[in-house]
Amino acid sequence: MKLHEYQSQRIFAQYGIPVQEGEVATTPQEARALAEQIGCPVVIKAQVLVGGRGKAGGIQWAQTPQEAEAIAARILSLQIKGLPVRKVLVTRAADIRQEIYLGIGVDRAAACPVMMASAEGGVDIEEVARTSPEAIRKVRVDPFVGLRDYQTRYLAKSIGLSPSLHRDFGRIAQGLYRSFVECDASLAEINPLVVTSAGTLLALDAKIVLDDNGLFRHPDLAQLRDIDEETPSERAAREAGLSFVQLDGHIGCMVNGAGLAMATMDLIRHFGGMPANFLDIGGGARAERVAAALRLILADPRVKAILINIFGGITRCDEVARGIVSVLDEVRPDLPIVARLVGTNEAEGRAILERSGYRILTATTLAEAAQKAVAAAQSS
Amino acid sequence: MAILVDQTIRLVVQGVTGREGEFHTRQTLDYGTPVVAGVTPGKGGQFACEGRVPVFDTVQEAVAATGANTSVMYVPAPFAPDAIIEAADAGLGLIVCITEGIPVHEMIRVKAYLDLKGVRLIGPNSPGLLTPGQAKVGIMPGHITMPGPVGVVSRSGTLTYEIVSALTARGIGQTTCVGIGGDPIIGTRFVEVLALFEADPETQAVVLIGEIGGNDEEAAARFIAERMTKPVVAFIAGRTAPPGKRMGHAGAIIEGGTGTAAEKIAALEAAGVRVAEHPEQIARLVEEELG
Repeated sequence: MKLHEYQSQRIFAQYGIPVQEGEVATTPQEARALAEQIGCPVVIKAQVLVGGRGKAGGIQWAQTPQEAEAIAARILSLQIKGLPVRKVLVTRAADIRQEIYLGIGVDRAAACPVMMASAEGGVDIEEVARTSPEAIRKVRVDPFVGLRDYQTRYLAKSIGLSPSLHRDFGRIAQGLYRSFVECDASLAEINPLVVTSAGTLLALDAKIVLDDNGLFRHPDLAQLRDIDEETPSERAAREAGLSFVQLDGHIGCMVNGAGLAMATMDLIRHFGGMPANFLDIGGGARAERVAAALRLILADPRVKAILINIFGGITRCDEVARGIVSVLDEVRPDLPIVARLVGTNEAEGRAILERSGYRILTATTLAEAAQKAVAAAQSS
Repeated sequence: MAILVDQTIRLVVQGVTGREGEFHTRQTLDYGTPVVAGVTPGKGGQFACEGRVPVFDTVQEAVAATGANTSVMYVPAPFAPDAIIEAADAGLGLIVCITEGIPVHEMIRVKAYLDLKGVRLIGPNSPGLLTPGQAKVGIMPGHITMPGPVGVVSRSGTLTYEIVSALTARGIGQTTCVGIGGDPIIGTRFVEVLALFEADPETQAVVLIGEIGGNDEEAAARFIAERMTKPVVAFIAGRTAPPGKRMGHAGAIIEGGTGTAAEKIAALEAAGVRVAEHPEQIARLVEEELG
């Protein structure tokens, strides 16, 4: 779960990281009032859960409160990578002498946290990683001994930071590491961390991505979820315990298991179709969860055909069939449905579908099912 | 021969009295794998699975009373890290964790601890492993497998069943099927399982089933190019997955432009691995490799 900049900034401040504090406005008038209160010039920043805000015009300076109001109005009308901007952060503008990057994430191969610093801050760090990976310095952190001071000194020195700032840099790095571990984050990042003209370090941006699997033990952080940033289907899926990603094709998919769901999408594409979604109903799904999944697919107006692919192990084909029929009885959709149910209780499952009286196309292999769904979508 | 588990297994099930734990323990018993003990704190002295499995309060007691040598766990995510460490401290050499949803920071600490102790973990978020005709540890359906010459290693669950059942339908049996799990931090990675298959005299070919996210498949490709003499056939799920979205598994996400299916397929092909376009091609490719 991604946090907004203003939310991440408040967390960083609790860990002793110097941040350029600001306030959030949802209207141009509020932004103007905040600019008056903070004192101009101010920076107005779109609060939206995607990268590339700057390039999209989502971060701008205002010299006067009037200008702040006009700029906020413009930013609040933007859509950045398809997401409407609903909030802006208004902060005091900083005098910047140098911009650096500091972040921490998980090194999957080494199975430990890895802290990264670069003298090239304020830009897309993924771009730096691609074009000049040597510009990013890394230290791996042993979970038992934590981030050591010698490691932060190494990072500070290797990115050419003035020795007078090494101690402050170390404090910020330690705060970042502690916030990362204690919040169960999968990423914590300051980009840019700047040296101001007064010669002090200041975090001008803040980004935290929380590990969804850790949220159960952080009810306070779980409450920070911005439901405005979810599509209605993503929200419905989350509440029903389904793993769902909206795509832009026209074949709705319902599968048990994430790997099989991806393989099913790939196969649809292989045969010339486009999947409308990724949807994993999980292991051992009961009829109710299957019904919620089918309703989600039917709610997408672009869907022209549905492919249901179940390899029953702990998932029982008869439960899946009951879930499907309960929705068909209620919605009576006019869409072709291809169902491939194999494994546990497959005969019972197929019998339930047959008895329902709906014309459901069946298939025995995955390839056959995908081909039938692609053909059905093209002709409907 | 087989890798990791064979007929000498004496299994203890952690979380044996839960709904999932008891259901799968019955299937493991029905497969003929000796489940010698179960563990659920507070339920010591009871029996699970219609009296077939004695339950203990701690893993240590279970090991002392029954000589258990391997653990499989169905313990809910909030308690699973503790259960893994308990199993390691009780002296078990192999721990298989089926549990999904363990926080990544917990797994970082658990993995570091197991590495210090020299204990092997399979998973978490794994379907377990199965040596056909000898041992079933976890939730893989036994009836879709048969003994034979092919080693299978996978990050996925049902996709593995799909591929294994296609192999079996074509008369191609397996030495051992290993689900390493779909999380970002896992106990045992592709490379380690490939090394075991390379060393196993019965295994003649290996099927590797990967997916988007991380760079485990790239590491596997390097290992195959440098160390493996046996043929490997692969499939990578997620060619059509969009970047930045978690595709079900916590570990299946394209981040910072890395971890794409295209990169993994290119790395494997450069290592001489034949990569199937779709899962149903795998059985045919394996047949060709076995000659």
